[in-house]
Amino acid sequence: MVEVLRLRDGPASEAEPVSLDSFLDDSDGGAVRIEAGDDVERLFPVLDRLQLVEIDFPRFRDGRGFSSARMLREAGYRGEVRATGDVLVDLVWFMQRCGFDSFAPDVPLNPAEVEAALARYPHVYQPAADGRVPVWALRHG
Amino acid sequence: MYRYDQYDQAMVDARVAEFRDQVSRRLAGRMTDDQFKPLRLKNGLYLQLHAYMLRVAIPYGTLNSRQMRKLAQIARTYDRGYGHFTTRQNIQYNWIRLEDAPDILGDLAKVEMHDIQTSGESIRNISADQFAGAAADEIMDPRPWCELIRQMTSFMPEFSYLPRKFKIAVIASKADRAALRWHDFALRIVRNDAGETGFEVFAGGGMGRTPFIAFRIREFLPTNEIFAYLQAVLRVWNRHARRDNIHKQRMKILVHELGEKEFARQVEAEHAGFLARGANFPQAEYDRIAEFFAPPPFEQGLNDDIDLADPEFAAWAERQVVAHKAPGYAIANISLKPVGGIPGDISAEQMDVVADLAERYSFDELRATHSQNLVLPHVRKADLPAIWRALRDCGLADANLDLATDLIACPGLDYCSLANARSIPVAQKIAARFADAERQARIGELKIKISGCINACGHHHAGNIGILGVDRKGIENYQLLLGGSGDAETSQARIAGPGFDEDGIVDAVEKATELYLRQREDGERFIDTYRRIGMEPFKEAIYG
Repeated sequence: MVEVLRLRDGPASEAEPVSLDSFLDDSDGGAVRIEAGDDVERLFPVLDRLQLVEIDFPRFRDGRGFSSARMLREAGYRGEVRATGDVLVDLVWFMQRCGFDSFAPDVPLNPAEVEAALARYPHVYQPAADGRVPVWALRHG
Repeated sequence: MYRYDQYDQAMVDARVAEFRDQVSRRLAGRMTDDQFKPLRLKNGLYLQLHAYMLRVAIPYGTLNSRQMRKLAQIARTYDRGYGHFTTRQNIQYNWIRLEDAPDILGDLAKVEMHDIQTSGESIRNISADQFAGAAADEIMDPRPWCELIRQMTSFMPEFSYLPRKFKIAVIASKADRAALRWHDFALRIVRNDAGETGFEVFAGGGMGRTPFIAFRIREFLPTNEIFAYLQAVLRVWNRHARRDNIHKQRMKILVHELGEKEFARQVEAEHAGFLARGANFPQAEYDRIAEFFAPPPFEQGLNDDIDLADPEFAAWAERQVVAHKAPGYAIANISLKPVGGIPGDISAEQMDVVADLAERYSFDELRATHSQNLVLPHVRKADLPAIWRALRDCGLADANLDLATDLIACPGLDYCSLANARSIPVAQKIAARFADAERQARIGELKIKISGCINACGHHHAGNIGILGVDRKGIENYQLLLGGSGDAETSQARIAGPGFDEDGIVDAVEKATELYLRQREDGERFIDTYRRIGMEPFKEAIYG
């Protein structure tokens, strides 16, 4: 059982994620798993049926999952977005900014280190999916 | 020039703390080198043949005297007393210990410098015209846009684990001094018929083993759409690039595989989405940044003549000095290409001299160029003799700008773990062959560029004469390429024929120049003659 570290309130989804194709064929489950090469836009018409989207990072250098997560948030999805696979603590700040709100990596994260990593940078230079106000807005009130 | 405010400083300080933590985890064995590698690369730290190499960002090639003195101090304290200016207007140190790297970052942060995203699969240091703010032919100073884009692209959450590196350049003149179209993403600031400022946008360029010249993806992009457009380009690439072969992951490959039209169509679709979601920066932020780049207080009514009575000074001034937009002022180029030296290298003592000159004579500004030289951008013509004497006294007064001995060369097998062949000795031998001042001057503008492997850090694809070092069954072999250019008429050099050994390549370069001298017509540079007569006569002269 992979440990899940959640940054969102409310109960975790009980649904078992299925592949994108399976989900689109038979969309009762409420949870889907996005592989690195999957086109997340195919989910846009059915976002209201989802509670959990798992996005996999096959190697932590493979950054496709960042776009997938942010695009889901841009499309209005409010449910859980969970990062799985090769997720290091050094990625979690960027992940949170792109809309991830839970982590279930192959090697469990240390919650204290995650907390420190998320608090590391006092500002952001650009808007993303986390609603943080970028420096350019702070400068001009 | 731009100065950090509390926000910029806090971000750079946080980066130093983060890297200190990562290095201590690595040194304590809590991270494998495989995991550590992408993290150190995001801080410009490479593991080379003999030591770690640290690359420090010089945003758009602009720095002040305080920063230059700090670079000198780092060279003395942590390296072997010198540094190396690179083709991305950065500086790198070749003899760094991993344990020292966090302290170096801490020292840099004290003078508003960093090494963020200077290597790895990152959005790299933005390059610009080295004469920005001084050139007589620019429509505006491109650096406010560079700085705005630098901030937009720092710690970009969606685009910090890109398929490969991503290089941006910005210029604001017809003449191209930044090799614009050899970049992944390039902007030329233009004015449309209505007098509005915008960007002519190029995408998909790059050197490496599969060179492509960037195509024009947008004729006119309103400046306030740049953040949306840049994200659109990055998203199309990040989502659709290959991830299975590191040599096929640059954006140029995706552009080539999709075709320019289809790539542009996808970018425009994403761009419309970003615009609709309101991805925009406030105009006030551009205005804030632009104020830092207001022209310095140039004196009025200065004498616009240069006293050329001293022939030695005259030879330097005629070669190294370029027209400035303000009367009585000049742009002075400082050569880092002494015959017998290593292209781009500079000692800590020389850095201090250059810093003093900038402070005293150039409104405290310096530039690094992609040709691995330095520039004093705003000097009074009357001060040129004093500047020249100071440069001469520390061995920096070579007069060879854009001539045969002003070569670009990568570090090659003397330092680099990727190289197949040495670059530096070849550069030195070619420089020795063309050292005679009269001979160089007779040949005129000739851009020779040398890479020690197909990654093309020495820009051989863009050389009027390009040289590529390869490994042929354990023996260094050098291929000769002709006809490349990084200027406004960008062209890719072609291989002339079979390769040579180290001495053979020097002879081949000489034969090419001799043919040019025989064939050239009035006013033609080497590249002009090549373009007019083509490869065949050169081949015959070299191999015949």
